[in-house]
Amino acid sequence: MTSQPFRRLEGGLIDRDRPLTFRFDGSTFTGYAGDTLASALLANGVTLVGRSFKYHRRRGIVAAGVEEPNALATLREGNRQEPNLRATQVELFDGLTASSQNRWPSLDFDVGGINNILSRFLPAGFYYKTFMWPAGAWMFYERFIRAAAGLGKAPLLGDPDYYERRHAHCDVLVVGAGPAGLSAALAAGRSGARVILVDDNAALGGSLRGDTATINEVPALAWVDEVGGTLEALENVRILTRATAVGYYDQNLITVCERVADHLARPDPHQPRQRLWWVRAKRVVLATGAIERPLVFANNDLPGVMLASAVRTYQLQYAVKCGRRAVVFTNNDSAYSCVSALMGGGVPVSAVVDTRASGPGDAARKIVDSSGVECLFGHAVVGALGRQRVTSVEVMALADGGSRVTGRSRVIDCDLLCVSGGWNPTVHLFSQSQGKLRYDEGLTSFVPDASSQAESSAGAARGELGLDACLRGGIEAGAEAARLAGFTPTEDVEAARCDHVDEAPVEALWAVPLPARRHGKRFVDLQNDVTAEDVALADREGYQSVEHLKRYTTLGMGTDQGRTSNVNGLAILAGLRDSDIPSVGTTTFRPPFNPVTLGTITAREVGADLAPLRLSPMHDWHAGVGANFVTVGLWLRTQFYARPGEAMMEAINREVLAVRNAVGMVDVSTLGKIEIQGRDAAEFLERVYINRWTNLQVGRCRYGFMLREDGFILDDGTTTRVADNNFYMTTTTAQAGPVMAHLEYYAQTVWPELHVHLTSVTDQWAGMAIAGPRSREVLAAACEGGDVGDESLPFMGYLESRIAGVPVRLFRMTFSGEMAYEVHTPSDYGIRVWEALMAAGKDFAITPYGTEAMSVLRIEKGHVVGAELDGRTIPADFGFERMQKKDRDFIGKRSLERPALAYGPRKRFVGLISEDGRKIPRGAQLVWNPTAPKPVPMLGHVSSTCYSPNLGNYIALALLEDADGYQGKLLYASSPLTDSHVPVRVGHSVFIDPEGERARG
Amino acid sequence: MPEKYQWQSALATLGLEARALAPVAEPGVTLSERRVGTQLVIRGDAAEAEFAAGVSSVLGLDLPTEPKTAHRKGDRTLLWLGPDEWLAVVAGEGEDRLAVSLAEALVDLHHAIADVSHSRAVIGLEGPRAREVLMKGTNVDLHPRVFAEGSCVQAHLGRCHMLLHQLDAAPRYDIYVHRSFAVYAWSWLSDASREYGLSIASSGAVR
Repeated sequence: MTSQPFRRLEGGLIDRDRPLTFRFDGSTFTGYAGDTLASALLANGVTLVGRSFKYHRRRGIVAAGVEEPNALATLREGNRQEPNLRATQVELFDGLTASSQNRWPSLDFDVGGINNILSRFLPAGFYYKTFMWPAGAWMFYERFIRAAAGLGKAPLLGDPDYYERRHAHCDVLVVGAGPAGLSAALAAGRSGARVILVDDNAALGGSLRGDTATINEVPALAWVDEVGGTLEALENVRILTRATAVGYYDQNLITVCERVADHLARPDPHQPRQRLWWVRAKRVVLATGAIERPLVFANNDLPGVMLASAVRTYQLQYAVKCGRRAVVFTNNDSAYSCVSALMGGGVPVSAVVDTRASGPGDAARKIVDSSGVECLFGHAVVGALGRQRVTSVEVMALADGGSRVTGRSRVIDCDLLCVSGGWNPTVHLFSQSQGKLRYDEGLTSFVPDASSQAESSAGAARGELGLDACLRGGIEAGAEAARLAGFTPTEDVEAARCDHVDEAPVEALWAVPLPARRHGKRFVDLQNDVTAEDVALADREGYQSVEHLKRYTTLGMGTDQGRTSNVNGLAILAGLRDSDIPSVGTTTFRPPFNPVTLGTITAREVGADLAPLRLSPMHDWHAGVGANFVTVGLWLRTQFYARPGEAMMEAINREVLAVRNAVGMVDVSTLGKIEIQGRDAAEFLERVYINRWTNLQVGRCRYGFMLREDGFILDDGTTTRVADNNFYMTTTTAQAGPVMAHLEYYAQTVWPELHVHLTSVTDQWAGMAIAGPRSREVLAAACEGGDVGDESLPFMGYLESRIAGVPVRLFRMTFSGEMAYEVHTPSDYGIRVWEALMAAGKDFAITPYGTEAMSVLRIEKGHVVGAELDGRTIPADFGFERMQKKDRDFIGKRSLERPALAYGPRKRFVGLISEDGRKIPRGAQLVWNPTAPKPVPMLGHVSSTCYSPNLGNYIALALLEDADGYQGKLLYASSPLTDSHVPVRVGHSVFIDPEGERARG
Repeated sequence: MPEKYQWQSALATLGLEARALAPVAEPGVTLSERRVGTQLVIRGDAAEAEFAAGVSSVLGLDLPTEPKTAHRKGDRTLLWLGPDEWLAVVAGEGEDRLAVSLAEALVDLHHAIADVSHSRAVIGLEGPRAREVLMKGTNVDLHPRVFAEGSCVQAHLGRCHMLLHQLDAAPRYDIYVHRSFAVYAWSWLSDASREYGLSIASSGAVR
């Protein structure tokens, strides 16, 4: 364990009484509660934290927050391993384990570093070039490039933690809890509006956490605590910390990723690791602050080159010295506060290099004057020197408006170079909301202009960088948002007071020129290894649109989304094209602002919770006898009931034969059921079905087809007239929802004049079908009172009765082709009636059967299901043209008169029997000769296939062109996918009892 | 003949009564299976005075015409489902005759009555964190300023449909879910409740 040599003895917001032990790349270190992984590493003097993406150059920590491009680490190990986390945002916890990325075998010695030496062979667009030339080269390069590419490695083990999603609504959402955001939340919260305040960090305050300013005559942090306390006391305000607003979508929907337990070694029991909030806000205040830009000069990626604001934050918030001797390089006044922080914290500053010939404003000048630091105005750092890290910098004078450097160079020793190239307002969310940006010459950056949604920006996010402006702007934005959301802001909320600091304007210097005859990589995008030279190359090769530049060079495409690089890159491009920055424009900002782990997006919808499982009322019975289940859509259904030692096919064949020879029972509760009531109910059915309904007697059922408007079959099913104005419709399981929607649409919008009401009663009724030659005897034994013979319950008849003391609806209808009945009973009685029927059927050897046997039975009988009614078939394809009414209109009728449907040669329904006893492949095409030269004409396709234990052979149903001509002929069922080509004999679609005598008994 | 089940509710498979025997101290959320009695969907034209009067006379409740509201008195509830659709929930006396009485009262009017008593399971949800649990599964704003005692709404709960009815300001909710989704909905709710401390209460009144 080392002793944090770069930790100051006092100051900062860390808790020295709570030391924390952590491991980085196998070494053990100590930090304190309140540290981030980055600050703890810096405190321990660890400056090399990663290797760059392409050239594998040594990289150190650059920033202190969300903008960090280099310090990406893999956190934790095993099944909790997570790659590509910014060390600057990882809160330290005891036992934290982290490792660096993109290096092999180690950070100090990395084989991939060869890319740096070979870099002139790896220009911008290198990958694209391998696609283009020489032909086929990509195939060769691909596996090397893929192996070398990428940052962290995705974990291979299942994540043991769980993630969550939740919704929230508010009047005012404030993003960012810095000076502007806190002020806005206070103004909005005091008005009574429902406010949600979100902030990325663990504590409120934003930039004030590393600031020495005073607000309302107290230290800034005391003011933060006071406002935080006020907000927490308001019941209408919700504060979310460790929460990053990542996406801004239409109608003011903002997604916020809350890291609930990332700061813990493992979440508490039942605690989610992360939670994604979907916040719907009436108004949004974006107080997202600003991000400092680096400066572009040779070797600006050396460890030890850091953003001035980050150095200041480490110094003040974390009490960490980022080096032993510093040089500050800036083009604006803000970096001067870094000078005072360094000097005050015991880090000598050798020089301040300011690109502005006139130097800084008065306040900044006072800092350097009082400390006696040497100032080089009108100068620039032309290069950082050193190998492992910065050891010195080379400074030259600027000339000709910064377009070249001149004079003798001077080398200044230092191990820390603090850079500031100005500030970019964090406009990502604003841009995601489709707001328009405006280039601000004074700020040399883009600021929000016209809003597209109900939002406003406040403070540094809108380019007002001064603390006093942030405090005032926040109050105004918060009060305005509350007012627009319908609340009256209270009068007594005033902006907090602080001193105004006059600053000299920033001076743009997008890339420090290289001295004559000198080389050196000047990085624009540190994460993706894009240099100023790469931007120039892309420009020369014609990629002049910023969007092309981005894709060609990968500028701004990393996990940091170019937070530090975009504006520099496009400004360099503008310079090369001799155009101004606004006309070059920016690339599109897209969600998420920060990477969001996939677990957080899927939340609890993983594994078994991916989709609901619908259970039949008789589920417990099936489970109790050890049924083999299968999911059908959302339903869990019994596939078959295997007896001990019985294989699947044996069980299915046994169940099929039991139905054909004795009696079986199957659970059909999943069928869609709709009650249709009203005095126009029969007329309604007349219009939606192809066949006649008004003449259906009470107590009778009828089979029918429903068509879509285009004439193709929507669904088939049976509807029963329960009473004069009351019909009970059943639909197929799969089409229950679509049919209900179809009927409601016509009832509500097309024929509102019809007096008809529809109610879905799918879940109200348990359904079971008993089928087989002995089914009537079983039913007679079970029913209490009343005859179920042909007189009272004829084929397609309906009867209300009681079984086991509970009411049942009896329907004499068949799917299997055998004499069969459907018994429906209110769902809670499902098991009771099922058991009563099983008991009554005991003497007749009643056999429960599953969906597989049901399918075999209906294929043997040539009955159609979704496989045949696939949205491409019409009634005539199945020989049902005579069912269609001629004298009445119905949905789809006119479409059936279209030539293609009325006269065109159409495939028709046939049966197939395997010629050589082999299985007929599912989904096979029917062809004359599978070995004929391609393309082989396709004559039709297999829709359903099974083994028929009654025929002792494999059979199938198919749709075949010229079906009559092919009757009795031999074709091949050809499945190139499974490479099986089975000879089949074409026959009639009904294999068993074509006269239908069994069903009528 | 096995007389194992007189009738079996949608949630019986979960053995909730046994789990209700071990209540949790200071639960954030309490779940229970609610047995609410007869449920009828009533359709008709609220603008017809006879219709509203007919329904009221049988149920003893005014017909709610304000969208997303419910009227409740004792063990009778009438929930607004749509401009011409209501759900009547009645337990206890007269429950079994309800459909017939309504049909008689509305005989000359265009209306429909469908018995859906077995269509939906009802899950009771209450406790200081009940609202938080629901917000994990629905995008409806349930803040007391918007959704209070007597409010009802049809929405999603996770990936299934629910009819949500707030009974009081505690808050106490009745969640109606389609029967076949009941086990899913229960599992979803209990999973979402776990971080707040979940207690399971006995189902109380038996139908």
